[in-house]
Amino acid sequence: MTTAPDRPFLDTVAHATATPEAPQPWADLGLKPDEYQRIRDILDRRPTAAELAMYSVMWSEHCSYKSSKIHLAQFGEKTTDAMREHLLVGIGENAGVVDIGDGWAVTFKVESHNHPSFVEPYQGAATGVGGIVRDIMAMGARPIAVMDQLRFGAIDHPDTPRVVHGIVSGVGGYGNSLGLPNIGGELVFDPSYQGNPLVNALCVGSMRHEDIHLANASGVGNKIVLFGARTGGDGIGGVSVLASETFDEHGKSAAKRPSVQVGDPFQEKVLIECCLELFAAKVVEGIQDLGGAGLSCATSELASAGDGGMHVDLDLVPLRDPSLRAEEILMSESQERMMAVVRPDLLDAFLAITEKWDVETAVLGEVTETGRLVIDFKGETVVDVPPRTVAHDGPVYHRPFARPAWQDALVADTVVAAGLARPGTPAELRATLLALLASPNLASKAWVTDQYDRYVQGNTKLAQPDDGGVVRVDEVTGLGVALSTDANGRYTKLDPYTGAQLALAESYRNVATTGARPLAVTDCLNFGSPEDPDAMWQLVEAVRGLADGCQVLGIPVTGGNVSLYNGTGEAGKIDSSIHPTPVVGVLGVLDDVARATNSGWTAPGLSVYLLGVTRAELDGSAWADVAHAHLGGVPPRVDLAAERTLAEILINASRDHLIDAAHDLSEGGLAQALVESSLRYGTGVRVSVDALCARDGITPFEALFSESTARAIVAVPRSEEVRFADLCGARGFPLLKLGVTADAPLSGADHHGDAPAPAVEVADLFTVPLAEARAASDATLPRYFG
Amino acid sequence: MRIGVVTFPGTLDDRDAARAVRLAGGEPIPLWHADADLRAVDAVVLPGGFSYGDYLRAGAISRFAPVMGSIIAAANGGLPVLGICNGFQILCEAHLLPGSMIKNDQLTFVCREQVLSVENADTAWTRDYTAGQKITVPLKNQDGQFVADEHTLDELEGEGRVVVRYQGWNPNGSRRDIAGITNAAGNVVGLMPHPEHAVEVGYGPDGVQGPRTGTDGLKFFTSVLHSLVG
Repeated sequence: MTTAPDRPFLDTVAHATATPEAPQPWADLGLKPDEYQRIRDILDRRPTAAELAMYSVMWSEHCSYKSSKIHLAQFGEKTTDAMREHLLVGIGENAGVVDIGDGWAVTFKVESHNHPSFVEPYQGAATGVGGIVRDIMAMGARPIAVMDQLRFGAIDHPDTPRVVHGIVSGVGGYGNSLGLPNIGGELVFDPSYQGNPLVNALCVGSMRHEDIHLANASGVGNKIVLFGARTGGDGIGGVSVLASETFDEHGKSAAKRPSVQVGDPFQEKVLIECCLELFAAKVVEGIQDLGGAGLSCATSELASAGDGGMHVDLDLVPLRDPSLRAEEILMSESQERMMAVVRPDLLDAFLAITEKWDVETAVLGEVTETGRLVIDFKGETVVDVPPRTVAHDGPVYHRPFARPAWQDALVADTVVAAGLARPGTPAELRATLLALLASPNLASKAWVTDQYDRYVQGNTKLAQPDDGGVVRVDEVTGLGVALSTDANGRYTKLDPYTGAQLALAESYRNVATTGARPLAVTDCLNFGSPEDPDAMWQLVEAVRGLADGCQVLGIPVTGGNVSLYNGTGEAGKIDSSIHPTPVVGVLGVLDDVARATNSGWTAPGLSVYLLGVTRAELDGSAWADVAHAHLGGVPPRVDLAAERTLAEILINASRDHLIDAAHDLSEGGLAQALVESSLRYGTGVRVSVDALCARDGITPFEALFSESTARAIVAVPRSEEVRFADLCGARGFPLLKLGVTADAPLSGADHHGDAPAPAVEVADLFTVPLAEARAASDATLPRYFG
Repeated sequence: MRIGVVTFPGTLDDRDAARAVRLAGGEPIPLWHADADLRAVDAVVLPGGFSYGDYLRAGAISRFAPVMGSIIAAANGGLPVLGICNGFQILCEAHLLPGSMIKNDQLTFVCREQVLSVENADTAWTRDYTAGQKITVPLKNQDGQFVADEHTLDELEGEGRVVVRYQGWNPNGSRRDIAGITNAAGNVVGLMPHPEHAVEVGYGPDGVQGPRTGTDGLKFFTSVLHSLVG
């Protein structure tokens, strides 16, 4: 590290007390003057170098949530007792825990690793996966699946292949080596993410209720044990510097840009199995993973959440590089490390298990009754602080925020006001469908997902390209979970409050489409600089929208992550930040995953129905983007009451075996959904949109490409049509028969004879053979990255 | 029948292999890399994964595990041994099977549903198939390109020791589309694709009965049970 001063001697607490006016590099470590003064007030002296390192990293935006904290509080305040019914552990721990019945619990969270992934795409993405997996392990769970939400700059930008190749192989290289199925995610290309790619990763784990572990250091005399990889010089200050400062090509940040952490998935896999054996042996009182801010975070958070103090000797930390100084050891973000609190009488049993797994283990110290976190190095005390002031009582900011000056003009620039030319003739509609299908954000994602293992563990029921990922938790009963994540940055740019609710609604709908009952929410809020009132307004609006939306849907936010400073432009300009991107993950439960609903039709002769109402809603749509590179207007209307009813219908229909397939309507509208459900298993469909246009008062173009929410298409066997219509009728939910699935075998089987090739046929308008659709969809990503 | 399933550090598909053994009607017995005791098993599965992170070379470190000493001796005495993916790589490193695996020709990890033809239905692990049968099982690997010198390849072909061959598309550049091979005695089989991921309706590849109904891999595990009872 180049910014810490060279000291000929150790900056001990005694020395700091004796030299109150010694200059310190607090500004270079990202602290503001009042923050530095506050540290001095807390300690009643200047901090030592090690203390300064700890405070600076723990008070960074990434660790302290100082700009978002007051707004995130809504997630707790707006959670009712009814919403807590299934919640075993809420916000504040490493991840939330949800009761899914039969004594089983699941824990899940989505987190960002954005800035490191631009600097070093492979390691940034790999360690992003590694970090979230350790969060799930730290709750006592076995990780059972991962998902990744990736956003890149324009697909044809010269830097995009570098970032895409690195990040995709990083996610795969790490996740595949851990034996975790990758069951879905998101892939978006948009110029707003140029220079600021988003790498979010979600992990879900399962455990029995009694196996839940928490991160706290209690019980005086209990041992503080560090185990896993050795501590090295990688990722020092990564959190405070990389995650909290905008890159500045001309300025000072280059000097303090350290190496991104380097991952070792083999070590992590061993650590997973080792931890599970430790949990099973019941030799762990409290546990915390080492991620951002390394030992600074783990020691202060464990001590702060406990009921006493902690004393730790840094000389006992196994090092890769023996020349590291105290503050470097405390800030290092070396991966694949965990910290446990262990009762002295169980220590031998603990050590026997870590030895069996060849996991290096060091007893660093113990829980004390002093109420202080004391850290020694070279026989001297270098840290002596109240742990809460480091971990939980960091600064809180009321950042100014205001509706951006450009927002009104953006909203006024609707697709109608802009006079965007619309396809009118059948040939134009057909060409539009194919253009959307081949566009980067709607094309097949197989080039990415074929690089991920979706089979390992043998419990994957649904995965990309299905609406949600579904994995079995209990092999005896088939109990399992469904997961989906969604975010539409374009909608959110037009209206952050609504955009966050649209992300929630789509994720909720996707989970219900599989037949699962939605239970809980995790979120990863990717926004611009909190010091820019425009970006701050987007964040505030989105948090409010999400919290309000969760209340209406009756499912709580259980945890998540905020990533700010995602912008490289000039504050105040419309393009100063990325599109605000609130990634919302919804988890649902299925009593038996065997009955999960497919996203594609598997047989001919099924009736295809549209659920919901279609309005002329094309602002912010995929059509506006692909056909006209246009963004303006207002996003589709949110109707969470309708989403709830739709979900009830999809869940009941799945439970009662009334439907063969269901697929949600979102980007690209009805046309895209029909093609996707047909391509899934190679079965075609014949539909007419005449009745839909008449009922909803829209044109064929709007029927096919509008992105109205609370809609899904379902395939119903003839024998169940009456019961299905009754199910919808009883709830007063709009239902319209569009047509029937037609012909054609499952993928993989041969297609013989004179039967017409399978196709998507829209009566009186056009026919697209599935072979042509598949070619269009499959070609796009390989063309740029193959 | 007791079928051992070995866990090395970094093994990933051990629980899946144990499930496949169970679904086939056998009793899975966990074996630990550091323990030379084979626990009186009747056959052994070396499952897939990234043992020792594939560092140095896939399978190169695991080959020296204490349990492998026992397995090599027992295999030479006729014990049925199946190596799947990383297990295949270990068998090659242990010289129980010829050849070696290098990085896929397209240089990326590949995960797909792969059609194979069963070329040799006489081994301990394939006798429940018929020669020429087409099966679909998942394939997922990073270093799956089977290579050997021409003489060895000719010998494998000439002696009928190619067990399964890629059909339709060679996913990793393997020589002569070879997906799996056996030793001369037919008790040791290694293959890159994962039959243990096509054993249970609902969780395998798509099949003729519908999505995820494929169970074409199960016969690897029933085969060995039938071999053992004679």
